[in-house]
Amino acid sequence: MTDKPSSGRPLLLTVEGITKAYPGVVANSDVSFAIREGEVHCLLGENGAGKSTMVKMIYGLVKPDTGRMTWKGADYAPSAPRVARATGVAMVFQHFSLFEALNVAENVALGMENPPPMKALAAKIKEVSEAYGLPLDPARMVGDLSAGERQRVEIIRCLLQDPKLLIMDEPTSVLTPQEVEILFRTLRQLSAEGTAILYISHKLEEIRSLCDAATILRRGKVVGTADPKASTARELAEMMVGATLTPPERPAPKDWGGAHAALEVKGLNAASPIPFGTSLKEISFTVRKGEVLGIAGVAGNGQDELLLALSGEIKSGEGMVKATGVSVGAMGPAERRKIGFVMAPEDRLGHGAAPDMSLVENAFLTGGVRKGLTKNGFINWPAAKEFAEAVIKTYDVRTPGAHVAARALSGGNLQKFVVGRELMQHPDVVVINQPTWGVDAAAAAAIRQAVLDRAAEGAAVVVISQDLDELLEIADTFAVLNEGRLTAPRPVKGLTIDQIGLMMGGAHGMEAAHAEA
Amino acid sequence: MDFGAINPAVLIASLMMASVPILLAALGELVVEKAGVLNLGVEGMMIMGAICGFMVTIHTGNPFLGFIGGALGGAALSLIFAFLTQVLLANQVATGLALTMFGLGLSALLGQGYNGLKPAATGPVPFGPLTDLPFFGKVLFSHDWVVYFSVFMTGALWYVLKATRLGLIIRAVGESHEAAHALGYKVNRIRLGAIAFGGAMAGMGGAYISLVRVPQWVDGITAGAGWIALAIVVFASWRPWRALIGAYLFGGITVLQLNLQAAGSAIPVEYLSMSPYLITIAALVWMSSGKGKAAHNAPAALGQNFHASR
Repeated sequence: MTDKPSSGRPLLLTVEGITKAYPGVVANSDVSFAIREGEVHCLLGENGAGKSTMVKMIYGLVKPDTGRMTWKGADYAPSAPRVARATGVAMVFQHFSLFEALNVAENVALGMENPPPMKALAAKIKEVSEAYGLPLDPARMVGDLSAGERQRVEIIRCLLQDPKLLIMDEPTSVLTPQEVEILFRTLRQLSAEGTAILYISHKLEEIRSLCDAATILRRGKVVGTADPKASTARELAEMMVGATLTPPERPAPKDWGGAHAALEVKGLNAASPIPFGTSLKEISFTVRKGEVLGIAGVAGNGQDELLLALSGEIKSGEGMVKATGVSVGAMGPAERRKIGFVMAPEDRLGHGAAPDMSLVENAFLTGGVRKGLTKNGFINWPAAKEFAEAVIKTYDVRTPGAHVAARALSGGNLQKFVVGRELMQHPDVVVINQPTWGVDAAAAAAIRQAVLDRAAEGAAVVVISQDLDELLEIADTFAVLNEGRLTAPRPVKGLTIDQIGLMMGGAHGMEAAHAEA
Repeated sequence: MDFGAINPAVLIASLMMASVPILLAALGELVVEKAGVLNLGVEGMMIMGAICGFMVTIHTGNPFLGFIGGALGGAALSLIFAFLTQVLLANQVATGLALTMFGLGLSALLGQGYNGLKPAATGPVPFGPLTDLPFFGKVLFSHDWVVYFSVFMTGALWYVLKATRLGLIIRAVGESHEAAHALGYKVNRIRLGAIAFGGAMAGMGGAYISLVRVPQWVDGITAGAGWIALAIVVFASWRPWRALIGAYLFGGITVLQLNLQAAGSAIPVEYLSMSPYLITIAALVWMSSGKGKAAHNAPAALGQNFHASR
């Protein structure tokens, strides 16, 4: 293949036969691949396929059990991230590497080996960030930045060290489509300047538009390599999942009568109880029986607050939230459940489920009221167990039994349990935040199908998600949360990805910088 | 109230002295909490510093070595806390409380036979003619070296936390240990260092009580100063200069109530002695009522143990 610009370049990093096992799970087994200088190389795989462990070994955070790596032909075995950074490896993390209460310059300094004095560093940040079309104000607190801006902080931190290899772990999961475009332009510019990029993702279209080569991982093993530009998304997906995927079925829409507004939210205002959170401003929408409303938006634009206001953890004024015709603004979560208004929050460990309690206890915690699991003020354990087992069976939750602690379940299985627990209560109104976050493709498909089935039985459903493809797949109407305001819901039919991007607030003033470049 | 018999210059000079133990302990705890660790064992570390400093001074006759001994004693006790919380990942609140109990008991055991002895005195720093200046001579130039050291440490900590890389790393670890770990910082090692520093500062503060303030050894000599130091850290919203203000405020109340007692105030002695503690509670209530403004500067990872997984 002579038309590929990177194929003739020398090898930068090779990974040969790397194995890493943790107690009870082999994260990587005999993984080998090679990255050339200036190449955009993709590690493709589902959640839990071992991508993150692999790159942590390259970055020196984790030591491999067996196998070797070479850097420009010489042995490479970083003992700490410091060594990796000195070699020329930089990494943009998916989570956990920014400090909200520190400013941009301080955050950048923490990721550098020998940072210059703060003033010089601030000037450098301004200069480099503008050169790559990612403008940043060094004096701002990271806690006040949007998700896209936070990612820029991470990227700038890497670029200031002049890396030869830039590792990006799922960088686009928090960006608007326009921000993704800008990021890709920056990455292409870097690649053209000779920086190799190791790009980790499970989003196929992105990989096809950006990457020169792909290594596909499944359950810790390399199952194939591909030229992403010459493969279809479907081929890549089937290699990644190892099975043929079926999109969820949509039963023919049923007319429940136009007068049935099952959930009505009018002029909802609420201050955020979360530090650095977003307050809700004048949110209005209605959802009819059998309708699925999808609410999109970049993380941190009020999604958590909206769920809290709908679930009753934030109380609201008279008439602001009405479910099945009843004003529920002053009711707490249990009272709302009683009238058939259920919800499943994003954070399944700690918010959606009590991690150290058994599935039976967790089933009781939200199902107790509606399923009548109490008798004379005492818990009816046999009935609670029966309910938990019914959820496990109906929603195919893989677990040794109902007695195990919620913490012991994998993310996908626990999510199936949490969503299933709510849907089993035959609710009239369902609100779900991030139904398939961190869930593998097969479980995600099952959850979406369950939500659609419940809607088909006449429930009004609100799905809050950052996964646009998911919303477009299951929602009837579509709205976007932007800085605590909700756009007017529009029918999904006929929406283009560009229109959605504009609804999401475009790229937060980033276009100008690139237009000049 | 009768202020007539109280000379303001003497009052200010003595409040500066009275504040040294809580100021030193509060500064130490401030660094510990900035690194994300809540060590409630300040009282225990102070009293260990008090007895160790006292013993060293009695045996060497040198109060300077006594302060070093006090700092080492406090640091040694804090290392037990560090081992339990940073290595064995024990609960910080429970471990800190246990540390206080243990320190009080151990110091009483070590102190047997030291009751009634008098340690070598720590004299004022000779400033020559400056000491004779009206008012300022008394207020600024009549103190022993530890008073100046405590003010110097306030400034030094302010500078280190604000402007140096070491300070930035300490703050980062206290803000998000996950992120700090991801960037390759040794979270538990940095916290261990902070805990030992906090222990040494508390130990020095305790030694100041037994060597200068009282000066002799009695069981339970710190009398709750460690708890006031903990309250001052919150009152100061984790800022060194505010810790100084807080310590002087509480030191001032302590001195004032002593003076009022001496001046024969009509208020019963018991009310006066409890006043510093009442003011502590009032200050904390007032601070936390400010719509979480004080809480905003609190280290986000305060009191959470860190275990590097994957």
